[in-house]
Amino acid sequence: MTINLTLLIVMGVMFAVGIYLLLERSLTRVLLGIILISNGVNLLLLQSAGRSGLPPIVRDGLVAEDYFDPLPQALLLTAIVIAFALVAFMLALIYRSWVMGRQDEVADDEEDRRVAAAVGAYDPEEDAEVGTETSEFIDTVDPATGSVRVVDAAERNSENAAEDHGVDHSTGEGER
Amino acid sequence: MLTVLAVLFAVSILAPVLYSWWGRNTFYVLAAVLVGAFVWTLAYVPEVIGADQAAAIGEPNAPPAEVVEWITQLGVELAFRMDALALVMSMLITGVGAAVMLYCARYFAADERAAGPFAAQLFAFAAAMLGLVLSDDLVMLFIFWELTTILSFLLIGYSAHRIFARRSAIQALVVTTFGGLAMLVGLLWIGELAGSYRLSEILAQSSELSGTAVDLAMVLILIGAISKSALVPFHFWLPAAMAAPTPVSAYLHAAAMVKAGVYLVARFAPGFHDTAFWLPIVLILGLATMLVGAYRALRQTDIKLVLAYGTVSQLGFLIMVNGLGTEDAALAGIAMLLAHGLFKAALFMVVGIIDHKTGTRDLRKLSGVGKSQRPLLIISVVAAASMAGLPPLFGFVAKEVVFESFYGYAEVNGFWGWLVLAGVVLASAVTVAYSARFLWGSFATKHKEPTTFHGRPDAVFLVAPAGLAALTLIFALVPGPLQTLIEPFATLFEPADPNIDPTYLALWHGLTPVLGLSVLAWVLGLGAFWLFGRIPDPQRTVPESLDAERIYRSSIRGLDDTAAWLTAKTQRGSLGWYLFIIIAVATAFPTGVVALTGQTVPDHVILAEEPLQAILGVLIIAGGLGAIWAPKRFMAVLMVSLCGWGIAGQFALQGAPDLALTLLLVESIVLVVFVLALRTLPAGIWTKNPTRFRAGRALLGAAFGLMVMTAAALSMDQRVEEPVSVEYPWMSYDVGHGTNIVNVTLVDIRVWDTFGEITVLAAAATGVASLIFVKRRDVQRRQLHEVPTGSVGRVLSDKALSPSQVKEIQVARSFATVAREAWLVAGRTVAPEHRSIIFEVVTRLMFHAIILLSLYLLLAGHNTPGGGFAGGLLAGLAFVLRYLAGGRYELEAAIPFSAGALMGWGLAVACFTGVVPLLFGGQIFQSFIVDLSIPVLGDHHLVSSVLFDVGVYLVVVGLIVDVLRSLGSEIDVRSEQENRADTSMGHDIHSQTSLGVAR
Repeated sequence: MTINLTLLIVMGVMFAVGIYLLLERSLTRVLLGIILISNGVNLLLLQSAGRSGLPPIVRDGLVAEDYFDPLPQALLLTAIVIAFALVAFMLALIYRSWVMGRQDEVADDEEDRRVAAAVGAYDPEEDAEVGTETSEFIDTVDPATGSVRVVDAAERNSENAAEDHGVDHSTGEGER
Repeated sequence: MLTVLAVLFAVSILAPVLYSWWGRNTFYVLAAVLVGAFVWTLAYVPEVIGADQAAAIGEPNAPPAEVVEWITQLGVELAFRMDALALVMSMLITGVGAAVMLYCARYFAADERAAGPFAAQLFAFAAAMLGLVLSDDLVMLFIFWELTTILSFLLIGYSAHRIFARRSAIQALVVTTFGGLAMLVGLLWIGELAGSYRLSEILAQSSELSGTAVDLAMVLILIGAISKSALVPFHFWLPAAMAAPTPVSAYLHAAAMVKAGVYLVARFAPGFHDTAFWLPIVLILGLATMLVGAYRALRQTDIKLVLAYGTVSQLGFLIMVNGLGTEDAALAGIAMLLAHGLFKAALFMVVGIIDHKTGTRDLRKLSGVGKSQRPLLIISVVAAASMAGLPPLFGFVAKEVVFESFYGYAEVNGFWGWLVLAGVVLASAVTVAYSARFLWGSFATKHKEPTTFHGRPDAVFLVAPAGLAALTLIFALVPGPLQTLIEPFATLFEPADPNIDPTYLALWHGLTPVLGLSVLAWVLGLGAFWLFGRIPDPQRTVPESLDAERIYRSSIRGLDDTAAWLTAKTQRGSLGWYLFIIIAVATAFPTGVVALTGQTVPDHVILAEEPLQAILGVLIIAGGLGAIWAPKRFMAVLMVSLCGWGIAGQFALQGAPDLALTLLLVESIVLVVFVLALRTLPAGIWTKNPTRFRAGRALLGAAFGLMVMTAAALSMDQRVEEPVSVEYPWMSYDVGHGTNIVNVTLVDIRVWDTFGEITVLAAAATGVASLIFVKRRDVQRRQLHEVPTGSVGRVLSDKALSPSQVKEIQVARSFATVAREAWLVAGRTVAPEHRSIIFEVVTRLMFHAIILLSLYLLLAGHNTPGGGFAGGLLAGLAFVLRYLAGGRYELEAAIPFSAGALMGWGLAVACFTGVVPLLFGGQIFQSFIVDLSIPVLGDHHLVSSVLFDVGVYLVVVGLIVDVLRSLGSEIDVRSEQENRADTSMGHDIHSQTSLGVAR
């Protein structure tokens, strides 16, 4: 396939400028960037149709190769109209952002910032020192008698003192 | 076999229901089912021991098997095979399983609610374990393997309210899943190497499989086995898993699940014990585990942990002997596995009873239990003596043959063999010591105050451990049946020394050196217990750097920290930064591919089709760059529009009139919409807060542009196929009945695309409207005659204006006093200072012509440039004109329909054209021709797909009207309301009334 240098370069510039604007903070500029990128995509599709040709209106005596490839054109036509709908939607978003927050900027995501700031945080589920338990039946109903088995406080304390983990393992919840 | 497995899983699903009816008595039913399964396995005995164990499924004299096709494309089958090894394992699983179920019937409280799911999980575990040992397909083996892992996770985490149980469960899951994944790779690898996923076939051709690949695959499979069987360095999960209820410990962590690793080793040993890394791994890790486990068991203060570390030790022992790969070792390994299953399950059950009745497992608190609980003591003494390897118990019988096989191995292999034997004897001595410690800790009278026993364990509670303990005595006295069962499996191996007769299970082999070793172990063990075993203090822990659990936790923590660090670096909360990373990756990756694959420079290159194209190109580039440097917002918008118009020119030059027309119309409308939407935003905001990091963005943009250019050029250069569209011209003419190929493509050839697209348009329009109107769109406005003249668009009260402005406005008003409506229907409603008489006149003249032209484009589009999109856009532009000239009441007068209705009708019409052909026996969206002969107008062909274009037209018009009403009219209303509010805050009541803002 032949490469049309003009279309190729124009497409490259559309993408380059589009990306540059897309990375801005101002929503309006971002939108312009998106429009330019979609221009670039349109040019890419256009190039895939090959060399220029006759408008694809069927006439006698012509073969398929004489026409400018109609398939990319059909795709482009839909792309153009969809891009319009997208621009209208983005404009509505910008207007709304202005009405609600009086700003025309891409705001930072607070949740992400919190995650980023919370490196190495202590997690009780993961990091608490938990002593091993020496019974499954502490603080539960006695299955034989049906009454709650009392484990008196003194006994529990002596148990804690004996094991040097320093965590209340009779409940096993391991807060510290 | 498949039926039995299906029944077992079905019972496990039913178990919670049964539990809600019968409470803990359900466990009797479950035990009965497992007894049934045990009897079922017994029925296989004659057939299995008479079969040729090495024969794969389908060969003569093969063990009983069942195969059901499952995923044939992957070679995965539901293949089950009952050979001697599977038979012994099945008997252990179902037998001990039944005992554990019976034990559960007393272990859980009568009113325990949560035990229903527990019963289901425990029973499903038995089924999964049975499936694991019966599977002859590697993939099925893995599925059952992971099923046991998951069920073990659920069972360990039974007391989910305790952090210790939760953490232990997760730890066991992570460790065994890690090993399981390694094993999966190994299994698939060996399956691919052998060309079959049938376990028996792989083992049958193991002699032909050799090389590094096989060695490494076996290492991976062994990693799975040692993680499941809790060998060093993965041993730490098993003691932690003691957070599980004791029946679980007795079943999973003594008899069944941890034996899965041993089973896997025994399963692969006949074919692969001679691979390069097999014996080093099995012997070194096995011995290390045996010693570490025994040493740690010796000084635990929790009697359950004494058993747990003892289990770790015994598992190392089992892996060693089962992996050794001699005939004697195979017999000894399986005998030891059975012995361990019997005595360890019994001991765990005893611990459970003690815990259940006293509320503690701490041997420093337990005292005098032996005196009051004689039956419990007897059971424990028998089981613990079996564990220590004392006669006349099955533990002794099994350990004798283990020693004998290691002795035989050492005689053949010299120094290393003797070293292994020494290690095994030493560990056995420590085993004697911790067995004694267990008995001493549980039952001895250590202080004056005996531990309170809350009620006596009844017969049902005791029968399971007692039965298991009795079996360990019976099999010692009558080892013949087990010998018969295991022997067929052992014959798969070569003897260590062919000149010596194979060993056999017996209490008395004569005065052999091996018996001497046993006696040595007893003496050393009892001595060790006397010296070190009776100390109640907990063991001094190993140094932190060597503590496997600490290493595990810090590595998990490290993983978390790394993830958090990476997230913090890449996800800082700024959208621009995210996009930067994404685009940078999207640039770097294809660039790397292009650079590494060595592409050639395309040679078919032209500068441009014609000079005009290049000139237009320069114009477009100028527009793009202008958008960056434009000092004002609308200047930038204009620059971007310039790009669009230039591209429309390119379309025209290439030969695409439809595209050029559509793009021109769209660009015009976009420009208007931009202005309408952004007019409320202050102009200064454009230059406020310029983004930093300009050079980086420019660089990335340029790199991305270059990458796209390169990729486009290379892919176009390498295109060899003809485009599919060479068929389009005749299809369009003969089938679609139109000459405009693009239009026929849209409404016929690729009509589904277009149908999807107009749906998206309707959705986008609805989105715009809902963002602006918030509550409901198309608000019913006043009748036109109620609207005061000159009320629309009066932005400020007179007082806020400068004197010169007031004068200008007064002049404008003096011209606008004509009462009669000259040009537009609602022109008078607009504030005089916003009216333009020329604009009104032009609109008046053009509007109907434009609408007519749009209809022409719509109807003629099938054969000439145009169509529903272009026509709809043009009609929309006509309405834009009306709105701009006459304000929002003019727009209402021009099109008195709701935009939603327009789009709805459009979609309905499009649907209709799709569905109608079905009624006449055609296909959906098939187009057909209607010939009309109308007087005066002549003969006409109407193609049905034109009707589809009408739908498109309506949707596009609806879209534009919706956008106009939202971004135009509604924003007008809001701005006027805001101004009114501002003014009234300035106490200017009169100006408020004189403004008379109308909706």
